[in-house]
Amino acid sequence: MNRGGITTIGGIFTALVLVSGILLTGYAGLNGLDAVFSFHMYLMAAAAILGLLALLMGRPYKGDPAKYNYTIVKAFVIAAIFWGVAGFVVGDYIAWELAFPFLNWDLPWTNFGRLRPLHTSAVIFAFGGNILLGSSFYVAQRTNHTRLAGNVAPWFVFWGYNLFIALAGTGYLLGVTQGREYAEPEWYVDLWLTLVWVVYLLVFMGTLMKRRVSHIYVANWFYLAFIITIAVLHLVNNMAIPVSFLGIKSYSMQAGVQDAMTQWWYGHNAVGFFLTAAFLAMMYYFVPKRAQRPIYSYRLSIVHFWALIFLYMWAGPHHLHYTALPDWTQSMGMVFSVILWMPSWGGMINGLMTLSGAWDKLRTDPVLRMLVVSVAFYGMSTFEGPMMAIKAVNALSHYTDWTVGHVHSGAMGWVGMVSFGVIYCLVPWVWGRDRMYSMALVSWHFWLSTIGILLYITSMWVSGILQGLMWRAYDSLGFLEYSFVETVEAMHPFYIIRATGGLFFVLGALIMVYNVIMTVRAAPREEAISDAVLAPAE
Amino acid sequence: MTYDEVASISGSVGLVLFMAMFAVVLAYALWPRNKDKFDKAARAPLDEE
Repeated sequence: MNRGGITTIGGIFTALVLVSGILLTGYAGLNGLDAVFSFHMYLMAAAAILGLLALLMGRPYKGDPAKYNYTIVKAFVIAAIFWGVAGFVVGDYIAWELAFPFLNWDLPWTNFGRLRPLHTSAVIFAFGGNILLGSSFYVAQRTNHTRLAGNVAPWFVFWGYNLFIALAGTGYLLGVTQGREYAEPEWYVDLWLTLVWVVYLLVFMGTLMKRRVSHIYVANWFYLAFIITIAVLHLVNNMAIPVSFLGIKSYSMQAGVQDAMTQWWYGHNAVGFFLTAAFLAMMYYFVPKRAQRPIYSYRLSIVHFWALIFLYMWAGPHHLHYTALPDWTQSMGMVFSVILWMPSWGGMINGLMTLSGAWDKLRTDPVLRMLVVSVAFYGMSTFEGPMMAIKAVNALSHYTDWTVGHVHSGAMGWVGMVSFGVIYCLVPWVWGRDRMYSMALVSWHFWLSTIGILLYITSMWVSGILQGLMWRAYDSLGFLEYSFVETVEAMHPFYIIRATGGLFFVLGALIMVYNVIMTVRAAPREEAISDAVLAPAE
Repeated sequence: MTYDEVASISGSVGLVLFMAMFAVVLAYALWPRNKDKFDKAARAPLDEE
């Protein structure tokens, strides 16, 4: 067996890149203008040294070409679970912080402003991102009947992506941000992610290109749209000029309302392509697979794919209703958001109807129940979203907790639940176990999550509408009825209910951790080895 | 060219282009000869062993 190392061209190239990376980051770290920048450069240098050592010590990274690469999928699943729990805990902590502000301890590192981006990035990019990358590598291999392209490259994507998360997260805690929502990391972290993302695209495209079936299955289309679009969004939104190449600070190349529009063009498409298209890709593989039913309508999947791709691009302006953005742009954003309802529901209907003839499995399989409830939450939040994008509704909902509730019905209900379902599918499949250690614990997770989400979104509906109505209430003389702090006081009970719902969600995730550990520790089934052998070409 | 001319031309071109592309997508999805391929593809996650 080839002991790997730097005997291949790819290995030599990687070694050269790593050596120059160590020199570059080492120099930047020693000459850094601020402590956080130096810390981050040393972190990157350390990662590059570890990578080089792994390469030189000749770790046998070259797997059996006749088998699927499951090791990389395992790594992503473990990372997703780890970051998921971390992100949920931070999220629930700041929920309690809003109810009881003394919990920020008057320290800079633990105040809401720094912990909030830590929470959003941890759940979206760390938890969501790792399960997306991992599942895309699994689905691309299985549906194309071929082994993942590359040997070193997939591992570069895994470690590189998680290094990006570590850089972003530690940066937030230490006060580094460029102030763009869901794109807070500064210029040097953005450059690093660009490199990782290009390699991810190459690995995915390379796998598609060496496929041994003629038709590319629709789940791969959704994954590819996600990868390409995120690359474009990331590059355009993060166009910035660093003050110095040895410091953290940079300034956006755009100013004023153009900058705001670019930010929300990015922000809403992060929802559309990261949190929707890519998770629909998971739905299109794992729902039919788990239910053992074909897709309800493959034609519908094609039509709603292209409609979703073209419409999402234009919906961003609804985040800037009643601002300095031109009125026609706001109206355009509103109209496209409302039309977007159709392709969104096309996906929901296709997912749910795939169960026709297999609805009885919902009673016996809690994993399928999770997947189906996630699709139901997808349908609900993609109905609520277009409604909130209508300017008249937005006048009441904007800047209130209603928006927070809406985001979380999508994030916890759709993205979270479908990811849990996929983790419960993938863990036994890639580790070669018969089933999860305990289906009863999966059921517990399902109900704790569902109740937690319901507590969250119902409390935020009441809180948000109450808040919106209080803000716009006038007395008989035309003065505002309430001061701002009175509206904050009115939120208090709902904040406690919301944080309790979050606690339920965290408990469910902890049960999942225990269940996954016990599943992996159980004895593998005998035919597990043959599972990883490639399916024949068509 | 004034701003209004640019806005009007790009709006009209965009409308025609998007409708045409949607028509192509519909034709591809509903073309009778593609039916067998799509019916087979709908079973792809089940037929991979």
